[in-house]
Amino acid sequence: MSALLAMRGIGKAFLGVQVLSAVNLTVSRGEVHALVGENGAGKSTLMKILAGVHTADAGTVELDGRAVAFTHPAAAQKAGVASVFQEFNLLPELTVAENVHLGHEPRRRGGIDRKAMNEATAAALADLGVDDLAPTAKVGTLSVAHQQITEIAKALSQGADLICMDEPTAALADAEVALLYRLVVRLRERGVAVLYVSHRLREIFDLCDRITILKDGRLVDSVATADITPDELVTRMVGRRIEAQFPPRLPGTETGDVRLRIEGGGNDYVDGIDLEVRAGEIVGLAGLQGSGRTEIAEAVFGITPFTRGTVAVDGRPVRLSRPRKAIAAGIALVTEDRKAQGLALHQSVKANARMVLDANARVHSRQRLGRIEGLLSSLDLVARGDDQEVQFLSGGNQQKVVVAKWLAAEPGVIVLDEPTRGIDVGAKHKLYSVIRSLAAEGLAVLLIASELIEVIGLADRIAVLHDGRIAGELPGGSTEQEVMAYATGRRSGPSDAEGSEPE
Amino acid sequence: MTAQTPRPRLGTTALIYLALAGVLVLGAAAVAMDGGNLFATANLVDMLTRTSLTGFLAIGMTLVILCRSLDLSVGYTAALSSLVAATTMDGQAANVPLAVALVLLVSGLIGSANGAIIAFLKVNPFIATLGTGLILKGYLDTQYKGPAGDVPSVFQQFGYTRIGFVPVSALVMLAVAAAAVWYLRSTRTGHHMYAVGGDVEVARMSGIRTTRVLLTAHVLCGMCAGIAGLLLAARFGTGSAEAYTNLYELDAIAAVVLGGTLLLGGKGGVAGTVAGVAILAVLDTVFNVMQIDPFAKDVLRGAVIITAVALYARRQLDRTARRPRFAATQGRQS
Repeated sequence: MSALLAMRGIGKAFLGVQVLSAVNLTVSRGEVHALVGENGAGKSTLMKILAGVHTADAGTVELDGRAVAFTHPAAAQKAGVASVFQEFNLLPELTVAENVHLGHEPRRRGGIDRKAMNEATAAALADLGVDDLAPTAKVGTLSVAHQQITEIAKALSQGADLICMDEPTAALADAEVALLYRLVVRLRERGVAVLYVSHRLREIFDLCDRITILKDGRLVDSVATADITPDELVTRMVGRRIEAQFPPRLPGTETGDVRLRIEGGGNDYVDGIDLEVRAGEIVGLAGLQGSGRTEIAEAVFGITPFTRGTVAVDGRPVRLSRPRKAIAAGIALVTEDRKAQGLALHQSVKANARMVLDANARVHSRQRLGRIEGLLSSLDLVARGDDQEVQFLSGGNQQKVVVAKWLAAEPGVIVLDEPTRGIDVGAKHKLYSVIRSLAAEGLAVLLIASELIEVIGLADRIAVLHDGRIAGELPGGSTEQEVMAYATGRRSGPSDAEGSEPE
Repeated sequence: MTAQTPRPRLGTTALIYLALAGVLVLGAAAVAMDGGNLFATANLVDMLTRTSLTGFLAIGMTLVILCRSLDLSVGYTAALSSLVAATTMDGQAANVPLAVALVLLVSGLIGSANGAIIAFLKVNPFIATLGTGLILKGYLDTQYKGPAGDVPSVFQQFGYTRIGFVPVSALVMLAVAAAAVWYLRSTRTGHHMYAVGGDVEVARMSGIRTTRVLLTAHVLCGMCAGIAGLLLAARFGTGSAEAYTNLYELDAIAAVVLGGTLLLGGKGGVAGTVAGVAILAVLDTVFNVMQIDPFAKDVLRGAVIITAVALYARRQLDRTARRPRFAATQGRQS
């Protein structure tokens, strides 16, 4: 059987960071092929190169034996490669049939033939084994699962030979997952190849014929599912040599009273969150993409507040219904998306660093304003003066401005959501030691990071999230395998025994 | 033809016609309390006459707003069109077809210029059409000192003739509206306007030539303004540069928004717009009959528009990528 897709020697760098190097991927017709790896292993980048969202720096892509180089998603679709991303490419105001046929509507006598369009869609859905989805339903009113089906039907109507699915079950309920399983099986029967990007081992072993494992942007192996066990797979996904050095805990760091306590915290995205962070303590929040890490940060900071449970800061119960209240309670949040949420890009270093103080009378004071300059220099900020616009700074220096802006308010609790995302190694190390010194000063630090190694290397305790709940808590310095076991849902409950019953 | 499929926007459109009925009832009651009759022939004629001019402009405006664009130059385009029509006709009935063709050509060209500036130069539609509007205003102000041209009486009938109490111009407007409804529903380009306005990236990724769709919407919008200009010429009997001072474009946008079309594009339709135009016309007639002073009239109009849009805002779409996981569950211990 000849390969439908052959990617060879794919390399890609973003801003000087090598994300993929020399990755090969071969997918045959009618094959369900899993692409697995940790966060940041390069799965999404590889998939986006295939979909024409990114272009590769190195390597070749062959489809059906012909060399292709997609520069635009539309070109990839035309060639038969469709992608179902986590954010759907659907128009919520149009019907299922209109979305499925968008751009190639059937015509009759100069006008759109809606009857034919609806009939064709109904037939396509029936063919997929879906009988509870009306072609005339408005997509915006559908469940996530039905939207996903619409997306798949759209891909098929565009003549897709290969459908890439990025974490397709991330937002599905259990019954809906079963439907997706059936759908994938149908696709395989029809000779359509599926590239299945997922963290969920169970799905991979249920559905996929082959598994390609990526780690740190490199190919680990490509194996038949039958030839590997879940435990082996996890071991091969992680097990990285610890090359990054993390500064040790500073002398004089004392673990004090509880500064942040969440009991039974929950909202639409997370549930049953029990978490304590003490003064001088760094608590890591680990979990896969979409497991609810950022959602906890946003709840603590009052962006998407908890609707259940209680939060106490320094022993006082607080209602964190808005960011202003969180700031007043002494909480700081360094957001995941620095450019969109952390900085006013067109304003100066100074204006950005003053922003929290200027905007919040309850933390504003002359002394604090006076200390900003010292803060910036203690963070080793490199800028052409403090009136330079932050948009011209490097990612690392931008992040230092964000950190300075929060430290100026002298918070008691600081939440760092992916603080080292997109910044260079030097700045990373600076941030690591800043985090250490914050703990030494008696702050409670809640650290979220996709790079497991950061959480393991810095945190005193690690809470691992799975599907919006804390699946388990581990001591700092645990192995990546232990964290992944909780994060992938292979293990849950308190970290007592071996208890890794495969469900 | 194909009428059996449920319209996706029926809910909103039905709501707007309900609102129109409500405005009619309330207006009639108010007028009755004042001792008048809103449905007297003179009042009906007044109401329907008011619909046609705003109607033409609002139909075109609907197309561009559906594409998430805007056209602030339609008032100027209409004024220029009235001059082109009147000067070309020059009192001769024989020149009417040529004049109409020329008006549609000129207004279509203005629309295509707007579309090209927005689609290719990527200028924000608000600024782009404000700019072309200013250019047209400058041309009108310097080239025409007062009315120009002469409209033959045959063509003036477009402005004044009625069948019963229904003015011909209102009928023509409804015909154009019907054509626009069909166009949006049954042609690919029309249908794609919803996609372009809904999410231009999704449209592009589905293989739609988005710039062409946007350009078409603007050309049609310009031509609708051209028809409005023909109506102006027919009513005045001459071309009038000053017509732009009435800020017709704002009335048109108000009518579109009242009609339930989302300013952010991708949702709405001409059927709703016609109702929006009618609501404004009913209000104006009621105010007129009751002799409400002009200031209070504008305050009331403004209040109605704001209220309507505030109500629609509740029905807007939520495009957050995150999907609730624990929307219905209770907190439970693990």
